[in-house]
Amino acid sequence: MGRFVFKLPDLGEGTAEAEIVAWHVKVGDVVAEDAPLVDMLTDKATVEMTSPVAGKLIEVAGEPGDMAAVGGPIAVFEVEGAGNAPAAKAPAPAKAVVEMAEAPPATAKPVVEAVKAPPPPPPPSPERAAPARAIPLRAEGEKPLASPAVRRRAEDLGIKLGHVSGSGAAGRITHEDLDAFIAGGGSSAQASSALAKRTAVEDVKVIGLRRAIARQMAESKRRIPHFAYVEEVDMTELEELRVHLNATKRAEQPKLTLLPFLMRALVRVLPAYPQINARFDDEAGVVHRHAGVHIGIATQTASGLVVPVVRHAEALDVWAAAAEVARVAELARSGKGSKEDLSGSTITITSLGPLGGIATTPVINHPEVAIIGPNKIVDRPVVRHGQIAVRKMMNLSSSFDHRVVDGYDAAEFIQRVKARLEHPATLFMD
Amino acid sequence: MPAEIGAETITTRLLILGGGPGGYVAAIRAGQLGIEHVLVEGDRLGGTCLIRGCIPSKALIHVASKFESMGEAVAHGSKGGAKDGISLKAAPALDMAQTVAWKETVVDKLNAGVTALLKRAKTRVIAGWGRFTDAKTCRVETKDGPVIIKAETVVLAAGSVATALPHIAFGGDVISSTEALALPELPKRLAVIGAGYIGLELGSAFAKFGCEVTVVEAQDRILPIYDEPLTKPVKAWLEKAGVTVHLSAKAIAWEKNELVVDRGGEILRIPADKLLVTVGRRPNTEGWGLEEMGVDMAGGFVRVNDRMQTSMSGVYAIGDLVGEPMLEHKAAAQAHVAVEVIAGQNRRFDPAAIAAVCFTEPEIVSAGLLPKEAEAAGHDPVSAVFPFQANGRALSMEAGDTGGFVRVVARKADHRVVGLQAVGAHVSELSGEFAMTLEMGARLEDLAGTIHVHPTLSEAVHEAALRALGHAIHI
Repeated sequence: MGRFVFKLPDLGEGTAEAEIVAWHVKVGDVVAEDAPLVDMLTDKATVEMTSPVAGKLIEVAGEPGDMAAVGGPIAVFEVEGAGNAPAAKAPAPAKAVVEMAEAPPATAKPVVEAVKAPPPPPPPSPERAAPARAIPLRAEGEKPLASPAVRRRAEDLGIKLGHVSGSGAAGRITHEDLDAFIAGGGSSAQASSALAKRTAVEDVKVIGLRRAIARQMAESKRRIPHFAYVEEVDMTELEELRVHLNATKRAEQPKLTLLPFLMRALVRVLPAYPQINARFDDEAGVVHRHAGVHIGIATQTASGLVVPVVRHAEALDVWAAAAEVARVAELARSGKGSKEDLSGSTITITSLGPLGGIATTPVINHPEVAIIGPNKIVDRPVVRHGQIAVRKMMNLSSSFDHRVVDGYDAAEFIQRVKARLEHPATLFMD
Repeated sequence: MPAEIGAETITTRLLILGGGPGGYVAAIRAGQLGIEHVLVEGDRLGGTCLIRGCIPSKALIHVASKFESMGEAVAHGSKGGAKDGISLKAAPALDMAQTVAWKETVVDKLNAGVTALLKRAKTRVIAGWGRFTDAKTCRVETKDGPVIIKAETVVLAAGSVATALPHIAFGGDVISSTEALALPELPKRLAVIGAGYIGLELGSAFAKFGCEVTVVEAQDRILPIYDEPLTKPVKAWLEKAGVTVHLSAKAIAWEKNELVVDRGGEILRIPADKLLVTVGRRPNTEGWGLEEMGVDMAGGFVRVNDRMQTSMSGVYAIGDLVGEPMLEHKAAAQAHVAVEVIAGQNRRFDPAAIAAVCFTEPEIVSAGLLPKEAEAAGHDPVSAVFPFQANGRALSMEAGDTGGFVRVVARKADHRVVGLQAVGAHVSELSGEFAMTLEMGARLEDLAGTIHVHPTLSEAVHEAALRALGHAIHI
């Protein structure tokens, strides 16, 4: 019998520590290799760690809510054989340098760095039993990896492989991944209550995602002098277009909500307002103005607010944007979003959908400098050409970081977004 | 608009300009998809590749190699027995005119094959040079008079032409690859400008024929698109074969059968019977009315998107006309995309790799990224080579001592193969496996886990993958 110490692997670039969210097993349990062990939270992504060995769990490094350092021990197992602990030596991946043997002539002399053992399986692949979707591991801008046959089938279906996560080796997209992508959809559950006096007080530890939200919100409101602005937008024509597109779309195309159109309007207008599509590093006193528009999509999940990111919205048409919003929202809801999916936004949209209300004062997603919150679309009487007409009206709420965005510019920006939305053709024109 | 008096007018769904590997493949695919189409070609069907490029040059290279090995047998014969036991008492004789005639029979066979395939695809071939008067109208001068073709959609596959040097124009003894493949007799001395793949393939073939060959290259290395280890065996062969290569040397003038060269201030005069200029190829964009079509250009090429659509709706362009690499297999692949898009399918030209082969002595093949390129692309690569010297098949055909090898380039992080290269005899035939590996997104383990036939050169691919994983067997 030996002891095996499981050290917390690197969960993503720049992550020094992660929070323990929940243990799937308890001390004394016998754990199979690759069985779910613990959920760890980094930034806002929850990562399920699986057991690296089969053995009896004899020690854990902390309780839910505790932080664990990357590279530090997180669990100790009693295992068959020698284990890895007594020597207290980490099994560092051996890096051998194989020089060319003397026999061959010195034709080519690249030093061969042999990589022993295939790389550790990419972040815990969920068990087969639950057909959970793998986390996409592609770096930004990297071409999705798929065989020509899979690529062709995706083309036939009008699916951009960039939106499909690959479960195969090296993130390769298989036919099964494509099937899963097609079949994929969201689900939610709701609870109800009864009529009775309720006296109980429940103490809820603010941990995990809730702690991250709390910190982020406090940071935003404490640091940023918010400038709120609300304008009303006549959505009649855009709604007609949207309804028409949904009625005539192909079966595999996503249903269009208002969001992709609002995203189009933003990417059209933002180039003229670089100070708004930005991240403000107020400690360094630098505003990073981004050419690409990475739109945070405020998403309600079972455990709280998450803001997954649609990257390079400027390069997506409305269908692709709708598909991408659906994809990242699903990742956020399932808690499977990678760091890439959950950070790096340059502006955020927060929509309460049918709960939109009349106006909101959205809180800026620090360190961004602007947030846009469309409110509910309602039939309202308005005066047009001297007549009362019934039009589909919507308020557009917004907040700006008044330190780096002047009120005049902010108002002008919203006016231009309004103009694009009221004349939908201009969403698709330069 | 009234039709021109006396001109026959054809209306069709698809007009294809050019009968090369892009155009004729487009026509056959259109036939398969039931798209009515017309193909316009002024020359013989088959294009540069079949008529005056890849195929004829490979035929010539084949004869040259045969001639060279027979010559070697003579050399050994005089010394009393060759290593491999073959000796010839007398030197082989070469009848260049007959070689060219034989090469023409190969070309004829392929040309007839293309003609038959197009017939089966119900292609209406209009023989004559076409000229567009607007984006959808093409006027063709045929031997029976002018024909006006009006088409709903157009695929442009006009190909490319050899680039001329402004100060050394083609004509007389200054020839392009086209003329070099049809010389009535062997020049005694051949000067070649450009040490790219065309110049070196032809230069090497002529050297094998016994011609005195001098190559002049402006850059400081031969075959600049490959890296040094890949070109080293070629360089070694050129030296052994007595081909003089002047690097960092600029051709200034051609005076009285002497090529004047400036090599870093030093002026060289290279006497030659023929001067072969192979300084590249450029898209064939002139003389057929492209300027009337309203399509956008991109640096000399016709600009297309990944569906092969130009900026003019209904006008598609493929092959050498739309950009590098100017290769037959790329043109054919783009033809598939263009015609399938025209047929209403959702297609993109988005290959993982376009392998390229150089038929020098020895051959070079490359697919995907070189180690340097992989590094520049941020892949953090690992690369491993396996020398043919340790490959039984290579040794058994006297190809083990050329310094050849197979190299695999993969990402350290996930072992995904991002590049494969080889240099050595017959390695061009490895190109299929290389391209397939990259298209399938294979990892080193996939290559290592595929049983490769013994004894073949492909075992070296297997061994290179094993070596990258740290456990090659035969080295």
